[in-house]
Formats: sequence, structure tokens, C-alpha cells
Amino acid sequence: MNAILAIARKDLRIEWRTRTLLARVVPFALLVLVLFAVALDSEPLLLRAAAGLVWLAMLFAAMLLVQRSFDVETADHALDSLLSFVSSPSKVFFGKALSMFVQLFALAVVLLGAAVVLYGARVDGDGVVLLVTVLITATIGLSVVGTLYGVVVANMSGRDSLLPLLALPVLAPLLIGAARATEAALGSDTIDLANGWAWVALLVTYAVVFGSAGAVAFAPLAQSDS
Amino acid sequence: MALGGFPALAGVDLVVRCGELVALRGANGTGKSTLLRLCAGLAPLTRGSAHVLGFDVARQRDVVRAMVGLLGHDNGLYADLTARENVEFVAQLVGAGTNDVESALDRLGIDSRVAAARAGALSAGQRRRTALAALVVRRARLWLLDEPHAGLDGQARAELDGILRDATRSGATVVYTTHESEVSGARIPRTITLSGGIVARDVDSADPS
Repeated sequence: MNAILAIARKDLRIEWRTRTLLARVVPFALLVLVLFAVALDSEPLLLRAAAGLVWLAMLFAAMLLVQRSFDVETADHALDSLLSFVSSPSKVFFGKALSMFVQLFALAVVLLGAAVVLYGARVDGDGVVLLVTVLITATIGLSVVGTLYGVVVANMSGRDSLLPLLALPVLAPLLIGAARATEAALGSDTIDLANGWAWVALLVTYAVVFGSAGAVAFAPLAQSDS
Repeated sequence: MALGGFPALAGVDLVVRCGELVALRGANGTGKSTLLRLCAGLAPLTRGSAHVLGFDVARQRDVVRAMVGLLGHDNGLYADLTARENVEFVAQLVGAGTNDVESALDRLGIDSRVAAARAGALSAGQRRRTALAALVVRRARLWLLDEPHAGLDGQARAELDGILRDATRSGATVVYTTHESEVSGARIPRTITLSGGIVARDVDSADPS
């Protein structure tokens, strides 16, 4: 556990120094939400689509964070050293996923706030618990898949374009589940809270499956030929 | 062991005894770095067998990794962390204490000014020293070093050679790649030359045969 926390702390310290999240990812995600608002230009339509647009922006922003997270590992072949310093490579996977979770969770809170301002989305009392649960479970799923696919492309040329091509199709179930559950939490007419919790169950299953897969597959995937 | 469809190592038959200081030589592309990565459990063994410190590299890779310290061609440092933070990070991963960090920084001649500078802003030699300090903190039983003298000035090379000798005196085994035939003026105890992915020459000055 100490190694996992040390790796997460290291990634967050680097993020704090470089301000990638604050200076690049948050502005990019907010810009996506603003552009959607301008393009759709209809308050009822935006209100209906708010949850999906927030999670779509999250997915795009996550690709930038994942790339940055593995750029620091490949720049000086630090990942090789890191793997040689831990007793199990799965600790590297969980450490990097944890730091990703912290950053993505903060981003999700910012984007939901933006959806309230830009799209007029509202959360009532009953929806708050569901919304917080969705944020946590979906962000965990996004973090583990991002970390898993981040290491898949880490040693490939053209990884900037490969990462979204490989990861986004796999993230489609998470996008659907998170969007539907968030829609329920925001008090949509098309889906009630009970159905929202059913989507949360899917998100939990998704996070467990990809978390387990990542823990097992990280070591062979991290081994580069160079 | 194949690399991009071609065998990087093609029948290396080699035994290194505990506590030995061994230099691996050979032209570029002869498999020196691949052999080190294989022994560190960082490259897969596709054919044959390999045991490191009595453990099967193919099946007990995690155990091997825990006992081996590898310094590759690159330094494996995080450019946005300071030299001290890089060493401290390794110390946290391997369960070493603050005293070990201070001792390693001191041993490698990394003063407080260099220690407080980001690794990305350091010179090549200072980065190499920092990476070596991280390796000292590691206290590995097998040291695998890929051209550790690269980028070091004369004084630092002598210090490094002293560290390597100290490591072998304390029971660790050291295998490193080099293009040189001497260690700080002294003859290297054992030199193995690779060529075409196999051992072409094995000169052991301690072996009377």
C-alpha cells in the first residue's frame, strides 16, 4: 500500500509542478462544454443532453491526462526503473490509477459546476447521493481503463493518436452508464432514480473488471522491447 | 530472446558467481543491454532458461525484481522532481529511511544545491550521479548497470568504481556494460565479450585455468 501511495503522490507532485490539469486539461474540457452550448443553442436540448456532454468532455480530457501521465514515465525510461523498484507491477498500475482518479474527480466536479452554469442543470436532494456515487464509480472506471490503455501505447510511436482510437471504444459502456445515471441524478423526466442506481451497478462492474484486468496485464504490457 | 523478430540473444551460456564484479563488453547491438534487462526481469525470456540469485527469471520475475537494481542506458529520473525527491521516491518504494537518502546523496557527492534542483535542469553527469544514488538506496543483491560511466567526469568515475567495489565487498554481485578495459587504473576482474548475441570471450583473471 505504501508503494501505491508513494507512486500516486509522485504523480500528483509532478502535476502540481507542471499544472497540466489546471493549465491545459480544465480549459480544454470547459471549452468543449461551451462549444456544445453554442452549437446546440437550445436550452431544453442542452438540459436533456447535459449529462452526456459532461461525460463526453470527461473522456476527451482523460485522454490528455493519461498521455501526460505516461509521458513522464517514458521520457527517461523511468517506467523501467519504477518496475524494478516495486515488488509487484500491479502497484504501479494502482498507484498511477489513484493519481488519475484524484485529478479526474476534481475535473468532474468542475465540469458538473459548468453544466449547472451553462446548461441550467439542477440537482435535487434525492439526486445528490446518486450523483456523488456516479462520480466516484465512473471516475474509478475511467482511471483504470485510462491507465491500462496508457501503458499499452506508452512504448508505441504515434501514441497520441493511438490512445483515443483504442481506449474510446472500450469506454463506450462507461460513457452510456455514467451519462444515464447522471441524467437520473439531475432529475430528468426520461429516467428515474431507481434506474439511475441500476446504471451505477454497471459502472461498479466495469470498474472491477478493468481494475482486475489492469492489475494482471500491467506487467507484460509495460515491458518494452527497447 | 527476440527483438523485433530477430534474436537479440542467441544462446548466451553464462554463470556469474555471487560477489563478482563483471564487465560486459561488445559492439553496439550485440545484446548487452538486453541481457541486463532479462536478468532484471524486465524483458521476457522466449527460449532457454535463466536463473538469477537462484530464482527462475521466467517464472519468478517478481522475486527477481525485488533483489535486483538496474540502471539502464537512461537514468530513469523524473525531470520535474528534484534530485533529492527522485532519490526519496525510490527510498519510499524500497522501504529505505531518510538517513539512507542522505548517505547516498553524500556518497555520490550530490551537494544541497544540486539536490534541490529539478532533475531536468541538471547536467548529464549530475543526472547520472542522482540515478546512482537511487541505486545505492536500493541496496540490491545484484547490480545491473548499463554503461554507468557514461557522462561522468574522471573524479565521478573513480567514485563510481569505489561504490561498485564496496558493493561486491558487502556481498552484492555487479554486472555492468562498458567499452573500457580498466576500472580506475585497475584491471577488471572478469570481462565477458558478447558478439552476435552469444558469449564470444570470457576472461576471468581470478581463474587459474
